[in-house]
Amino acid sequence: MTLLTVDSLSKTFGSGSRRGTHSEVEAVIDLTFKVEEGEFLTIIGPSGCGKSTLLRLLAGLVQPDSGQIHLKGQTLPDPSDRQGRFGFMPQRDTLLPWRTVLENVILGVELAGGSRDAAREEARQLLPLFGLDGFENNWPSTLSGGMRQRAALLRTFLAGYDILLLDEPFGALDALTRRMLQQWLLGVRTRFSKTILFITHDVDEALLLGDRMLVFSPRPGRITADLKIDLPHPRDENTILEPEFLALKRNALAHLKL
Amino acid sequence: MGTPKLLVPAVVLIVFAAIWELAVLVLAVPKWILPAPSAIWQAFWDTRALMGAHVGQTMLEVAIGIGVALMTGVTVAAVLDISPWLRRAVYPLLVISQTVPILALAPLLIIWFGFGIAPKVIVVTLFCFFPIAINTSDGLTSTEPELIDLFRSMGATWPQIWMKVRLPAAAPYFYSGLKIAATYSVAGAVVGEWVGAKQGLGIFMLRSSAAFQTAQVFSAIVITSLLSILLFLTVFAIERGTMPWYFEERNGSS
Repeated sequence: MTLLTVDSLSKTFGSGSRRGTHSEVEAVIDLTFKVEEGEFLTIIGPSGCGKSTLLRLLAGLVQPDSGQIHLKGQTLPDPSDRQGRFGFMPQRDTLLPWRTVLENVILGVELAGGSRDAAREEARQLLPLFGLDGFENNWPSTLSGGMRQRAALLRTFLAGYDILLLDEPFGALDALTRRMLQQWLLGVRTRFSKTILFITHDVDEALLLGDRMLVFSPRPGRITADLKIDLPHPRDENTILEPEFLALKRNALAHLKL
Repeated sequence: MGTPKLLVPAVVLIVFAAIWELAVLVLAVPKWILPAPSAIWQAFWDTRALMGAHVGQTMLEVAIGIGVALMTGVTVAAVLDISPWLRRAVYPLLVISQTVPILALAPLLIIWFGFGIAPKVIVVTLFCFFPIAINTSDGLTSTEPELIDLFRSMGATWPQIWMKVRLPAAAPYFYSGLKIAATYSVAGAVVGEWVGAKQGLGIFMLRSSAAFQTAQVFSAIVITSLLSILLFLTVFAIERGTMPWYFEERNGSS
């Protein structure tokens, strides 16, 4: 079943004149794609290609100049229609420093007016899976970078949205931690069949995690390729060494023109 | 851990007092020009029965003054934050207003508001308002836009964004302002009393000075300092109590 349909979405920033100079930046042009329920869609492209703009358009933080967004067959024209419908996880670490891990991860439920006690209970049960067991009362500043990202992911998971929008969640981590979190996310994926849009600039990561991959051109961002990643599950750290993986990677790099 | 940190300045203070005591003794400085620390202590002991009422009056002015400065300062900061236009118009004026010597205003306040508590409270408020308003305003502008984006994407309402992000994010700035204000406040009340009052540390200083009771002036100065330190520590304790995460962060970060 198709969960999300993005139809000819375009966005130009800085339209209008400021102090006489017209500085317009075309961020994304004519984005059209569909996302099936339970699909893990990775989006890759050079930096500044408008990948993040796509997520911000979906999350209701930016309004498109043209095009439409349909979720579950329902058109969402206004930003306020889209806010609270997508589990958006911004690129930068956004845990609230004045809340403990537990109080951070229930934020989505709390803002939506749900039961905080029920959310806490659910969070406690998920803490071990997210590698946060015993850290529920810690301040975020006492956690490692990898743990902070897992806590932010748990917050996004718990909020109970239909689609998660993850903007380079592992981008700021060191290579080793990133590897570990990729493996961990593959494991978590087998337990929750969430629909995920996952932005990355790492081809290996995009192919290892995704069911499908969209390739963006340099700015202004257009979709230049829509590749199915038919690697068998379960995948692990050796998957990236398989001939099938390398063939997919060669193809992806050709589309990225790297 | 904290003891050695305080030990060194304490020793320096004691040495300083000893040199002072000795210098006054050796040079035979008249008591009405510069009393020795022992004479100041004596003056404090002799006037201790009087001081309760004076300290009480001054601290009452301080409490009301800080209270008014808190309400107006935070309100002004919030209003400036809500309206960018007002911010552009008012923020520079706020800074310029600080160049007006409050000391010079005190006699005018007596003319306008009489000899009651009002002019003293106003002086305290004038001293305390600025650091609270400016720091809170800076704190509100410092909220990370990513956090606000996150909240908006979660469908948060405007009051939720204020209560759960903007105010907590501004709290460390607010407390820096409040600590500065608390330190200024007692001196502000004393200045207000200099111009005319029936009771308070300021008028006690003025009367002692007119009677050449210099040791009593010093005693009042020391009490004023101690009260300021006490207020500062009180704010610091409240800060620690309400923002445990902030101190954990500063200790934990390498």
